[in-house]
Amino acid sequence: MYLNQFLLLAAIIFCLGVYGVLARKNAVLVLMSIELMLNAVNINLIAFGAFRNNVIGQVFSLFVIAIAAAEVGVGLAIVLLIFRNRADIDLDELAQMKG
Amino acid sequence: MLAETMVAQNVVFGILAVTMVAAAFRLVTTQNVVRAALFLAIVLAGAAGLYILLAAEFVAWVQVLVYIGAVVVLLLFGVMLTRAPIGRDADLDNDQRILGALVALFLLGSLGAVLLDGFGDQKLGTVAIRRTAEVSDSIFGAYVIPFEVSSVLLLAALVGAVALARRD
Repeated sequence: MYLNQFLLLAAIIFCLGVYGVLARKNAVLVLMSIELMLNAVNINLIAFGAFRNNVIGQVFSLFVIAIAAAEVGVGLAIVLLIFRNRADIDLDELAQMKG
Repeated sequence: MLAETMVAQNVVFGILAVTMVAAAFRLVTTQNVVRAALFLAIVLAGAAGLYILLAAEFVAWVQVLVYIGAVVVLLLFGVMLTRAPIGRDADLDNDQRILGALVALFLLGSLGAVLLDGFGDQKLGTVAIRRTAEVSDSIFGAYVIPFEVSSVLLLAALVGAVALARRD
């Protein structure tokens, strides 16, 4: 196995996540795309850990998983709050802070 | 390493890679929110398979428990509570689709060029199996302070989510 096959797969998934964040306007779908990007980072960490033959990559990916869980919890709470105040989670409509 | 093992590893990687890229592509293009969550579950399961391929069993099972077990369910709850249309909905994309695709393609091109230039034909060789005890020794040894900080972060996120989402 080459190291690059894992890195390139992670790069493709990361870029699909970037596209999802930029092109979606449903807030829950944007959160899903962010999960996609975090997952691509985890694949990179594990692949480099296997490449360098140590466990630090696995330790870092466990931290990333914990932080992603916290992120999705707070993110969904914010989305629910927006939905309660506006009865809509269309991100294009959230432009009050635009100058 | 045995030649058969290497062939088997590459076949498994190929299957996982094609499945994950296809599911991730459908995740960002589908017009159905619930289906998007299920495609996300497929991508996460494929990533767990990759971790097993890289001899990181503990992270693979944490991935299954935390991501597929908790995060996807949480996202489905979000879909349900925000009363997103369950059927097809043509109104999930904004009008920056072409621009977003251009940015993603540019990013993919530059990342791919850097990766091919930097790690051209580096091989993984035989991936040594790491016992979970080694991972935990590392977490509770060298990385014990980040571990404690992440537990404080989880507590803060818990309190913050409750404070945000509760009805007064």
